[in-house]
This record gives sequence, structure tokens and C-alpha cells, in this order.
Amino acid sequence: MIEADGLGRTFTVRRRVVHAVRDLTFRVAAGEFVACLGPNGAGKSTTIKMLTGILTPTSGRVRVAGLDPSRRRTALARRIGVVFGQRTTLWWDLPLRDSLELVRLLYKVDRKMFRERLDEMCDLLDLGGFLGTPVRQLSLGQRMRGDITAALLHDPAVLVLDEPTIGLDVVSKAEVRAFLRRLNSERGTTVLLTTHDLGDVERLCRRVLLIDHGRLAFDGTVEGLRATAPGRASIEDVVADLYLRSRTTPRTPPAPRPAADEPSGTA
Amino acid sequence: MILGHGAAVSLYPRLAWYGFRRHATYWAAALAGAFTNTVFGVLRAYVLIALWQARPGLGGYDVAGVVTYTFLTQACIGPMQLFGGGLDLPQRIRTGDVALDLVRPASLQLWCLSEDLGRAAYLFVARGAPPTLLGALLFGIVAPHAPAAFLASVALGVVVSFGWRYIVALATCWVMDDRGLAVFSLVVTTFFSGLMLPLAIFPGWFGSLARALPWSAMAQVPADVYLGTAGPARALAFQAMWAAVLLALGALMTGAARRKVVIQGG
Repeated sequence: MIEADGLGRTFTVRRRVVHAVRDLTFRVAAGEFVACLGPNGAGKSTTIKMLTGILTPTSGRVRVAGLDPSRRRTALARRIGVVFGQRTTLWWDLPLRDSLELVRLLYKVDRKMFRERLDEMCDLLDLGGFLGTPVRQLSLGQRMRGDITAALLHDPAVLVLDEPTIGLDVVSKAEVRAFLRRLNSERGTTVLLTTHDLGDVERLCRRVLLIDHGRLAFDGTVEGLRATAPGRASIEDVVADLYLRSRTTPRTPPAPRPAADEPSGTA
Repeated sequence: MILGHGAAVSLYPRLAWYGFRRHATYWAAALAGAFTNTVFGVLRAYVLIALWQARPGLGGYDVAGVVTYTFLTQACIGPMQLFGGGLDLPQRIRTGDVALDLVRPASLQLWCLSEDLGRAAYLFVARGAPPTLLGALLFGIVAPHAPAAFLASVALGVVVSFGWRYIVALATCWVMDDRGLAVFSLVVTTFFSGLMLPLAIFPGWFGSLARALPWSAMAQVPADVYLGTAGPARALAFQAMWAAVLLALGALMTGAARRKVVIQGG
């Protein structure tokens, strides 16, 4: 469903070339639930932007749902849903319902299908109570549920979420996670999310991609990730170890990387 | 109403309607704007009356004509956004929210234009009516020479104004911050739209140049169509030409921005 081969992106900042992402190779099969981890500035968001067609890669090749994102942006948009946890696609001053109605027109979802999906989402995400509320009056948790709904009304095959649980309280987080898990297991929607919340990873994902210094530093299962630091009790410590290790040896991340389809590996 | 699969056709009218409603939420701001535009209209009217009494017939206007001109151009400030702004785009580029706009399967430019037309429709009423009505009450303004052509000219003026503001907004992609450009646009627009003084009074090559630039389509031309000091057909063609040029330029810039933009903020 997602294929990246030697994917890279450079930016020129004050005449200096910065490699935000370099030589990233991985595959995500249909129906997978994958978390993308990495310290701040590691290149996660840049990767997401290349996968969604917002940024054009400067090297390598990428396919999402069989399409080249930067060339077939419009066709791709109809097959993927995108949620940016720190941004909103909803109309601030208008009731939530109006933003969702606009999504219907934007993605040409027919009326009957729209109603069915909206009813379903209302059920699962408990939107009923605030569909008529202007978005600016919603709590962050409500707004996030609204944004997730807006990203899914056209029934995309892939859902990409950039920090979907950021700033949410424990209850809202649990609701969002339960919803995503159901979406993945019942509808078979492929989900890729970036997060700094390791609770998301432990509770949701079978597979973890760890990006560091723009490179893939780990690709494997959560158990495999734990196995990289056997002495550590919590997954937080394991990941902190990995981040710190790369910080002390910057620019030369140990290279051996497993083939993309193998379930485990270490940095 | 277009149903079913023609849905995309109804997307843009819906955006215009949302733009209208969105701006209608801020009625207090519109009211304050209308009040200011009206007060400055009165000040401008007194200054121009003094000038026209000293120089009757200047630029082809009589005193009643220039008073009408004053209040009409004051009424243009809101819908044409003569002081700049009106678009969320610069802020969305600065904060990186534009990422969401770029994911949507729709034209960014048409999306913004539709919303802006809704905004303009609201402000045409909310900020256009008060100065015009008070001008009529205090000084008396002349009746429109060609009402339908005037409305068409206002609509085209809004499109030209959008075309320009969209270009200024998109330029944020390259300069990282839009404030310098906004100040430049403010100075150029307030002068060359004919808001400060009617462009008809400037003689020689400078006057001809000022009247040929796109900004005149935002205030000077609609006022002239209203007063009958410009032939409607020629005036509308002039505005349509600039609308097409600026929209085309904006479309080119959108393509370039998509290719090279550095989307800021994470």
C-alpha cells in the first residue's frame, strides 16, 4: 500500500543543503497499522508530506495506493485520509456539520453513503452532541474527533495521521485509539501514524518505523524494539536509549538495516 | 441545485456561502469598519468639495459627481479589501496549515476565490451600504448611470482585487514573511485604486499609467461606471482583462509554489 525506495528530501537553508530525509526504504502492506517514531526534527513530518503529495521528494521513489503522490496528488487525495494533530481542516466559525458537508462535496460522496458513514462515525466517535456547535467552541478532543471524521467520510484505503493524540487527555486518547484500532481491524484501513506518545505505539501498532537523522533506524515489531535494550523495563526507556545513542554519534547512524519486510531489526 | 455526481460543481458555490457566513460571524468588526469608512468619507468629501469649488470640472467631475465618487470608493474599501487582507493564506503559509489545503483534491486558487467572493458579498452590504447611505443623506449623491453594469463592475473589481491579493499572499512562500509585501501592497493599492484621489485628475503619462494599472479596477472603474464617466463595455472589458491576467499569474505561482514550497512548522 505504501512503498518508499531510497526516498530523500533536501532543503536549502541559507545556501546550506540540509538532508531532512535520506535514503528511506520501507513498505507497508494493505491492512497494516504502523507507527512512525523519531525525535523532534528527525524527518517524520517531511516523510508524511512526501507520502501525501504535499512535498516532492528530491531523490528516490514513493508509491501510495499505487500512485506517485506528487504527480497524482488529486487522484491520491481521493484514496487517502490525512489528519494533522496540530492543525485543523474544520471551519473555525461554522458548526462542525457544515465542515463535514463540505467534505461530502469535495470528495463527491453521494448523499446516502454520506449519511450512513456520518451516522456510523457519530456512533463510534460520539459526535452527535456537538455536530451543530461552531468548531471554535469545541474542546481539543471533540475537534480531533471531528477532524478524524472529516478525513474518513470518503472511505479512504489509507489513513495517515501526524500526531493524532497530541494534547489529548487520557479519556479522549483512549477513545481515539479505540476508534483507530476498530477502523483498522474491521474495515481493513491501512493506518500510518507518527507520534511521540509511546502509549499509542504499545496499544495500537504491530510495527514500528523509527526515523532518526532522516534515516530509517529501526523497522520491526514493538517486541523487537524492546529487545534492543533488554535491561530496560519500559518502552519509554528503550526509545530514549535509542534517541540518546544517536545523539552522541550524530551523522553516522549505524547502518545495518533489515530488509523492509523482515519483522525485526536493530539500530 | 446539482445533485449526485455533479457534486464538485456545487463545491465552489458552497464555499462562497461559507465565506459569507464566516465573515457574517464578525458583524461587530464589519460595523466598526463601516463606521470608520463613513467618517473618513465625510472628511474626504469636505476636502474634495473644497478642491472642486476651487477647480470646477477637474478630471471631468462636477461637485455632486466627486461627492458620489468619494462615498462609492469608501464603500469599496471593505469588499475590495483596499487596505489588504481578507485571505487566510499568508497566515496559513506561515504556520504551515497550508499543508492541509495542499492535500485537498481541489484547486487552491478557486477554493480561495470562492470563499473570497462570499466574503466580498457580505462586506458589499455590511460595509458598502452605510457610507453610501450616509453620503446620500448628508451631501446627496447622484443616481447610478447604469445600475446593472455597476454591479457587474463591482463583481469584476472583487475578482481583480482577489487576483492581486492572492499573488501577494502566495509570495509569502518565497519571502517567508508577508508583512513587507503587505505594506507595499497597501501603499500601491490605496493610491492606484483611486481611493486617495480620483485617478482622472492626474495629467500626462502618469495619469494614463495609473488608469491602466490593475488597481484602478478596484475603485476608480466601478465609480466611473456608476457615474457614467466611463463607457460600461470598455470598463468591464478592462476589468475582465486584468482579472484574467492576475488569475493566470496566480495559477502559475500556485504551480511553482507546489513544486518548491518549504512548508513551515513541523
